Amino acid sequence: MMAAKFLPADKLNEWIAELAESRRVLVPVTEQNAVVFRPYAKDTEPVFGRQANVPPKASIFPASERLMAFTYVKNPEDLGQVAVEVQETIEPEPTVVFGARPCDARGFTVFDRVYDGKKVQDPYYKARRESTLFVTMACDDPENACFCHWVGSSPSDPEGSDVLLTPLEGGFLVEDVSKRGKELLSSKLLSDGSKKVKEARAAHAAALAALGEAWSPAEAPAKLIEKFDDMGFWEQVSAKCISCGACTYLCPTCYCFNVTDERKGMRGERIRTWDNCMSFQFTLEASGHNPRPTKAHRLKNRVGHKFSYYPDIHGGAIACCGCGRCIKFCPASVDIREIVRLSVERPVSKPEKQ
Amino acid sequence: MTSNPYLPEIATVVETIQETPTIKTFRVKLNNPERMKAFSFQPGQVGQLSVFGVGESTFVINSPPTRMDYLQFSVMMAGEVTSRLHSLNAGDQVGVRAPLGNAFPVEAMKGKNVVFVGGGIGMAPLRTLLLYMLDKRKDYKNITLLYGARSPEDMAFRYDLDDWTTRKDMTTVLTIDRESPGWQHKVGLIPNVLLEMNPSPKNTVAVTCGPPIMIKFTLQALLKLGFKDDQIITTLEKRMKCGVGICGRCNIGTKYVCVDGPVFTYAQLKELPNEL
Repeated sequence: MMAAKFLPADKLNEWIAELAESRRVLVPVTEQNAVVFRPYAKDTEPVFGRQANVPPKASIFPASERLMAFTYVKNPEDLGQVAVEVQETIEPEPTVVFGARPCDARGFTVFDRVYDGKKVQDPYYKARRESTLFVTMACDDPENACFCHWVGSSPSDPEGSDVLLTPLEGGFLVEDVSKRGKELLSSKLLSDGSKKVKEARAAHAAALAALGEAWSPAEAPAKLIEKFDDMGFWEQVSAKCISCGACTYLCPTCYCFNVTDERKGMRGERIRTWDNCMSFQFTLEASGHNPRPTKAHRLKNRVGHKFSYYPDIHGGAIACCGCGRCIKFCPASVDIREIVRLSVERPVSKPEKQ
Repeated sequence: MTSNPYLPEIATVVETIQETPTIKTFRVKLNNPERMKAFSFQPGQVGQLSVFGVGESTFVINSPPTRMDYLQFSVMMAGEVTSRLHSLNAGDQVGVRAPLGNAFPVEAMKGKNVVFVGGGIGMAPLRTLLLYMLDKRKDYKNITLLYGARSPEDMAFRYDLDDWTTRKDMTTVLTIDRESPGWQHKVGLIPNVLLEMNPSPKNTVAVTCGPPIMIKFTLQALLKLGFKDDQIITTLEKRMKCGVGICGRCNIGTKYVCVDGPVFTYAQLKELPNEL
């Protein structure tokens, strides 16, 4: 049973400070005109009134992380003989991500199916996922690039969150979503909120209505495959793209990575970093062959992965949370909604002559 | 594999063989003798070899699971990791993450004729399967090998060739692209020699691997000879990092070459989006 609590607006920072006593709390703050997630400290002033520019993806999947450390050890008896020792380095830190939007929290459910799958588990991701809780802020004012309702979500979607806050007159309705989230609700700052539930549901409905009618991408998996060889289509929709990769770095659901080694003297580290499928290097093979040689091929893979391949593998789940950042922050105004929509609505054009 | 799929096991290079000017073979043993004893894999599966401080690359395990004294990897010099691997000698330490990926359908191939068509470094995955089948000879019918390289110097696995060319229980045809003094075998491009050999597709599986252009024309030749799409098997190469279907680099549509492959039938390949 979900508990409904109420937190007065003037107690919000106090609650965050209380949570921060025993763990790292990441909150959205303004940094050089952008809202980004940073660890809460005493004088931090969180910004909850707008969607953060950068999602809290790094809270569980850091932009750069050490997978292991290694050391070369010379045999003192025979200096020509060098052994290698490898040390596993998984160091999760108990964390609460406070004030992300439902789209940001739900983004990790896209990761979960891949990083915590039936066949293989990523121990680094899993350790962080298990040590991180999401106290999410329902959206009351979706922006024009938002399209969470297209992908089966909503501005108050609790999926992926542990606690859902809903901004109301004078404060927030605080509802636990998960068992672990319930534990966060023991604070004395929270009072009974059961009388506010109706008001919160009305706010949820109003925010959803503000997004307008949803367009269903249900046909996209098949239609995108149908258009796979229609390079004219892909060249047209990718014409503006400058392959900068901002869309992937700002995406809460983009999970591709690279692995590289760094060595200094006898020690070194194997590092995992976010990677970007819009880059030429992403699939460039050592032979010089590149299966995705142009930006049209690469954008096709990005859209295809999110709206076709991933749903086909994962029971229809779309690898997009509709946060709209790839649209809002694209320097060339590429709009993934438009591409998916066109892929469904426009007939496949067949080349006249091969 | 350990529970951490990214953590390599430490192995020692026990022997290296300079196969050709650009291909070097490494025979490695896991340092933990119990792990080495317990190591099992299927022909066609791959592994990631690490030089710590440089990186990892994917190679097929080209020794067969029927001969477990060591694991053999053959490396063509192509990039940073492969160049560093080429500088390794016996006694040096490497990392091994294996086995990864799927394997040749050795059970389904039982009782069938097998035609191997290998080109250059593409002979490596075929070697595993060929040696496995020779070690389980009675399970398979006629075994034919067509192996081609640009020149005699580019032929890898020369230590196997004497056996393969003289054995009574298999047919071996070697070919090079252009005439070369002292060369006693065929001269001609692999697909043309294959057509000349004219193997019957009846109860036969063809297994091919080589450079993309060779595979393309070999497929055409096999189809011309009457082989059906599901009688042709190949293994793919892709740029891979994680090797366990997570990092998102080696997909072709919904399939990940590192877990759903590298072995595919031509029938399966035709089902995939055209992105090789």
